[in-house]
Amino acid sequence: MIYRETGQFKTTYPDDQAIFPIPQDRWFLGAGLLLALVVVPLTANQYWLGPIFTQFLVFSLAAVGLNILTGYAGQVSLGTGGFMAVGAYMCYNFALRVPELPLFVDFIIGGIFAALVGVVFGLPSMRIKGFYLAVATLAAQFFLLWVFDHVGWFTNYDPAGVASAPSRTLLGSWATEGGPLSFLAPINMMVSGPEATPETKYMITLVTVIVFAVLAKNMVRSSTGRAWMAIRDMDIAAEIIGINPLKTKISAFAISSFYCGVAGSLYVFTYVGNADTEAFDLARSFQILFMVIIGGLGSIMGSFLGAAFIVLLPVFLNILASTLGEGTLPSDTLANLELIIFGSFIIFFLIIEPHGFARLWQIGKEKLRKWPFPY
Amino acid sequence: MKTIKRYFGSVLTFLLLVLPVASAQAVEQFFPMLIYRTGPYAAGGSGFAGGQEDYYELLNTRDGGVGGVKLIWEECETAYNSDRGVECYERLKGKNGGGIVVQPLSTGITYRLIERATKDQIPIMSMGYGRTDASDGRVFPYVFPIVTNYWSQNTAKIKYIGSKVGGMDKLKGLKIANLYHESSYGKETIPVMDLQAKKYGFTVNHYPVPHPGLDQKATWLQIGRRFKPDWVILRGWGVMNPTALKEAARVGFPANKIVGVWWSGAEEDVIPAGKAAVGYVAAGFHPSGNDFPVIQEILDKVHGAGKGNITPQRVGTIYYNRGLIGGILSVEAMRNAQKKFGVQRVTGEQMRWGLENLNITEARIKELGAEGLMSPIKISCFDHEGGGSVKFQEWDGKQWKVVTDWIETDQSIVRPMIEESAAKYAQEKGITPRSGKDSMGSDCSTM
Repeated sequence: MIYRETGQFKTTYPDDQAIFPIPQDRWFLGAGLLLALVVVPLTANQYWLGPIFTQFLVFSLAAVGLNILTGYAGQVSLGTGGFMAVGAYMCYNFALRVPELPLFVDFIIGGIFAALVGVVFGLPSMRIKGFYLAVATLAAQFFLLWVFDHVGWFTNYDPAGVASAPSRTLLGSWATEGGPLSFLAPINMMVSGPEATPETKYMITLVTVIVFAVLAKNMVRSSTGRAWMAIRDMDIAAEIIGINPLKTKISAFAISSFYCGVAGSLYVFTYVGNADTEAFDLARSFQILFMVIIGGLGSIMGSFLGAAFIVLLPVFLNILASTLGEGTLPSDTLANLELIIFGSFIIFFLIIEPHGFARLWQIGKEKLRKWPFPY
Repeated sequence: MKTIKRYFGSVLTFLLLVLPVASAQAVEQFFPMLIYRTGPYAAGGSGFAGGQEDYYELLNTRDGGVGGVKLIWEECETAYNSDRGVECYERLKGKNGGGIVVQPLSTGITYRLIERATKDQIPIMSMGYGRTDASDGRVFPYVFPIVTNYWSQNTAKIKYIGSKVGGMDKLKGLKIANLYHESSYGKETIPVMDLQAKKYGFTVNHYPVPHPGLDQKATWLQIGRRFKPDWVILRGWGVMNPTALKEAARVGFPANKIVGVWWSGAEEDVIPAGKAAVGYVAAGFHPSGNDFPVIQEILDKVHGAGKGNITPQRVGTIYYNRGLIGGILSVEAMRNAQKKFGVQRVTGEQMRWGLENLNITEARIKELGAEGLMSPIKISCFDHEGGGSVKFQEWDGKQWKVVTDWIETDQSIVRPMIEESAAKYAQEKGITPRSGKDSMGSDCSTM
């Protein structure tokens, strides 16, 4: 009833092949974008913009990246944190040493370096699969962080190994007043560093995430994406129908790492402001893998839902617990309550729907179609 | 009906979180508390929070607050996780009229907050941890690695080792292993240790232990069987500490040749290691025990009235006393600011002045009932550390026994490094170091 498609006829191929063929989906997405692009920056305060929404977006992007590799191409990876670190540190170095470069180019450069590293560590996937591959990517995680810990150049010889984002503008130093591209100065806003407003940081992150999410969505609907899924479902059969496993797996590793790298750069530049290797440790890799699993393997939408679940739910539980329990429960109980409830949620959702939130969403839509008498 | 009312109130508070809270009663002063009661570092986080909150509670019940201002606080669980730390800081900083000082209780979180807090004008008090070069207050106006920073503390440790081997010149040729928690906290002393190794002619090897530090078998095999050091410096945290002591015993390395940092020197760090910890020595800038007047008063007036913020058995432990000192220092800074600006409620900026011009003398410590608990401290714009000294204490299987007098830190090594590092930071960030008198009246012209 609410979601009925009766009477919606597609008369052209582009109509039929649209990403969102049903108007209801388009309205829903439109409303979501309106909310994210207009309502949130106008109404939310620094707390909501920064640690809540920006953090959520950054990890969503990383989850989309890992979902391409694990969900679509079927290659398990535990090196996500390492690839994020490559993006973060390379972006940091380019921003620090070449201030002429626009910051968004730095993000892309961070992504490209992560992609190159991802290709190298993706090579074992030619020979090994599943858990064994996971162990091989674990090597990437430890090796990369070791390099960033021990080669001082990456952190500009900071004694504690902290890469602190320099103040940089969206279009680089040439586009400031007095530079060769000074006509761009009015739109050249400060994106990183303490002078940048949380609104700018949020908007830059949001736009980046939207662009890359749309790209990812289209990629998985193209021949590239179908090749990934063919390799995931049965690699031998895929090879027989003419899919080159080397090219397919390597492209999955490259693109996935690119996304993670950009997410790592955003983490440093628009979210926290600085980072050391602690921020990209193994726990981070697991965290993003859980986002993908709980959100739904092989779903871009699922990556966002998973990120919201893993990143935001504990914060809300914490706020809720401390608000409701103020004065009634001892504070150590309150602190542990968050862990208990969060853990039970994970178990609960994985039992009722092992395919993740994306599948729940799908089921929800089916029910809404038959509403008010779903079966 | 009462439940409904309470829940309605809770929902309202929840909604208020969404809106920036600007109004508050004029007679309250808010202290945001970034703490952790979960995870592998819970012992430190909960003990510290307990001491600090008990002290605030004592002032509220005994004196009705500080200068007529009631102290209020709210906790936020960071779980020692930097992301959560940033979230907690942003959540609490504007509440109840705004926090005036933040104690992140984690070097990682301190690093994350430096730029944010400087912009928000909320001083960070990182007591005995945090970014070492922030001791140069000309570059870091809002960061106070108060009492003693890691580099200073490290020089005291080398002095202690020197005194044990019979003089600093005897350090030549010694082998020292630096076993550190692989985090910004653990890594902090590597540069100063390398410098000291060059200066005194000993060899130092650095051994990282990844978070949370439960797996050290391979590391200790390397230390105990291959490197065979004369001394081990333990820069552990949380569960890493008892694990290190147990592994040391397993490879036969004597506990009395292990020197710990003060984050490795609490009851919670040694009791789980059992016999393996007997004879182990750790640094400290304060002793444990509850036979100080201020703690007796807390036991009587706060815990006696059922208002304690920790189980009474833990009152007087190392982490508790550290939290108590944290509370004393922040309140003294607040008093200082109240006096100078003639106000009841102070702002973050005024609090910064209060901290920057803090001078706690031996007489004042006695007045506070904390004689023997802390050493005198004097902060200036030039020096945000305050020149505390370090005592070493030995675990005898039952309690920590202080085995040295106050050992002075070696500023001739540390200060040039701090200034160099701070200058580099200033250059990288485009900060002009303060000089002369600043807008609040802090004097940065002389040492």
